[in-house]
Amino acid sequence: MVSAGAAPLSEETVSSQVKLGVRDLHISYHHVTALEGVNFDIHEHEIFGIIGPANAGKTSFLKAINRMDMFTPEMKVEGKITFNSVDVSRIRNVYGLRSRIGVVFPLPVGLPLSIYDNVALSPRLRGQKNRAELDVIVERCLTRAALWDEVKDRLDSLGSMLSGGQQQRLTIARALSQDPEMLMLDEFSIAVDPVTTMRIEDVLKELRKEVTIILVTNLVQQARRLADRTAFFLDGRCVEVGVTEDLFTGEVKDQRTRDYVEGRFG
Amino acid sequence: MENNTSAKVSAGIDPGFDQLNRDWYIDKAVQVLVFIGGISAIVFIIGIFVFISKEGYGFLVGEFNFKEFFFSPNWRPTSESKETFGILALIAGTASVTGLAMLVAIPFSLGTAIFIAEFSSGKTREFLKITVELLAAIPSVVWGFIGLAIMNPIIIQTFNVPVGLNVLNAGIILGLMAAPIMTSIAEDALKAVPDRYREAAEAMGATRWQVIYKVVLPAAKNGLLGAVLLGVGRGFGETMAVLMATGHSINIPTSVFDSVRALTATIAAELGETAAGSPHYQALFTIGIFLFVITFIINLVADLVVRGVRKG
Repeated sequence: MVSAGAAPLSEETVSSQVKLGVRDLHISYHHVTALEGVNFDIHEHEIFGIIGPANAGKTSFLKAINRMDMFTPEMKVEGKITFNSVDVSRIRNVYGLRSRIGVVFPLPVGLPLSIYDNVALSPRLRGQKNRAELDVIVERCLTRAALWDEVKDRLDSLGSMLSGGQQQRLTIARALSQDPEMLMLDEFSIAVDPVTTMRIEDVLKELRKEVTIILVTNLVQQARRLADRTAFFLDGRCVEVGVTEDLFTGEVKDQRTRDYVEGRFG
Repeated sequence: MENNTSAKVSAGIDPGFDQLNRDWYIDKAVQVLVFIGGISAIVFIIGIFVFISKEGYGFLVGEFNFKEFFFSPNWRPTSESKETFGILALIAGTASVTGLAMLVAIPFSLGTAIFIAEFSSGKTREFLKITVELLAAIPSVVWGFIGLAIMNPIIIQTFNVPVGLNVLNAGIILGLMAAPIMTSIAEDALKAVPDRYREAAEAMGATRWQVIYKVVLPAAKNGLLGAVLLGVGRGFGETMAVLMATGHSINIPTSVFDSVRALTATIAAELGETAAGSPHYQALFTIGIFLFVITFIINLVADLVVRGVRKG
């Protein structure tokens, strides 16, 4: 409220519960455009899918939201992204922003801590010291990430020693442990078997009541199963945004979208 | 935190998260402390350079003669008739000893590092690592003593030369001295190569040596280069062992059996006997400046090479 960036984007966005607003986003690396012309709002409690082939700018988009561009000096972000109506480029305390957005990267990152400490890390960063409460959080997050049954008897072993798929689910559990307002999943099912993927997808559907989810996926059918609305990114542009089912039933504005979801390229 | 949560529940949208809380201030304070730490290291280095320059300044603006200093082999700072300050022979001494030392140390240290990192395992590996680290802890005066008391007679007998304190002796001593620390760093560099690289190459049917030669060594080359350059730096900077093992006589060597004198050893041996502020004293500090500049250039080259490697 205090922040200078709190001005509303337009009349339309004031009334609806816009979680994330994106206007004229332009991302470049070394002056080479990676993503441009992105304009859409993501609403509270929505699962928003982003599909598109490799190199379409999907991951760059997530990095810009989370201000991860700070780690990549050659990455330049222009335009406007608002989170809770606050312009993220003008945020002073980026840690506050990041702690409210959980991210799952495509390559699993089990931190070299015990499984328990991996999941308890975020609550501890925020000052939670009560062991009993941490126990509850750890069990809940691991259960939701469909990992609890496999690791409940060895919570003290190293998270970095788990198999790839287990590390991926540990990463998801860690993101959930942040108790985030928004969850960004970048190809979360890349190393996870189909049965477990379905279990996690069910959890995501439930989580929708609490959080806003951005789901970047290579699997168009996954977007169809989960996302309320879906954006199609291609070659650094947002080709189309629409209600997910429309993209699959042919209600598309752009022929390229139809070709992609029907598997004719990409 | 409680306020935020309730706001989140009631309004759904909470734009008040951008607060400069305690964690933020701690973060900023730590950043400032780390900055001060980093800056102070630079300040100390500049301070040392300023101090050495100040002591050598009188000589540099007065009797310093570029041509004589770098191209005359005559270092006669105490001559009654005419003092000459030529360090060519000293440069040749340091360079020849360091060069020979690297010929000894590089194969030794890289070989040991490859053996420890790639071929040994379990107890052998632990034993070797501890041994190498123990070797690195031997004081240089002990190495100098080995050069004087053990290598000297061996060289005289084996090669039938009158003096055993020479480039060969000092080069071997310095090489053995630099090898353990180089091994340690090279081994760290090899260990830092992820196992999945080895597995990926082995899965294609590469032999152990092919995996090392084609995958592991290229992946570790920055670290290995760092190990070699550290050895070169050690060679340039080492004083006591070369003072004892080179024979300490001013000479441009024509063979490895000639005695030489190193830049560092000259400073160590003569500085205590000069009058502070005299041309001789200042000339020794000028040698110090020269060593400083050489070290700087070695580091700079290393940095540029590593950067070039990274780009390629």
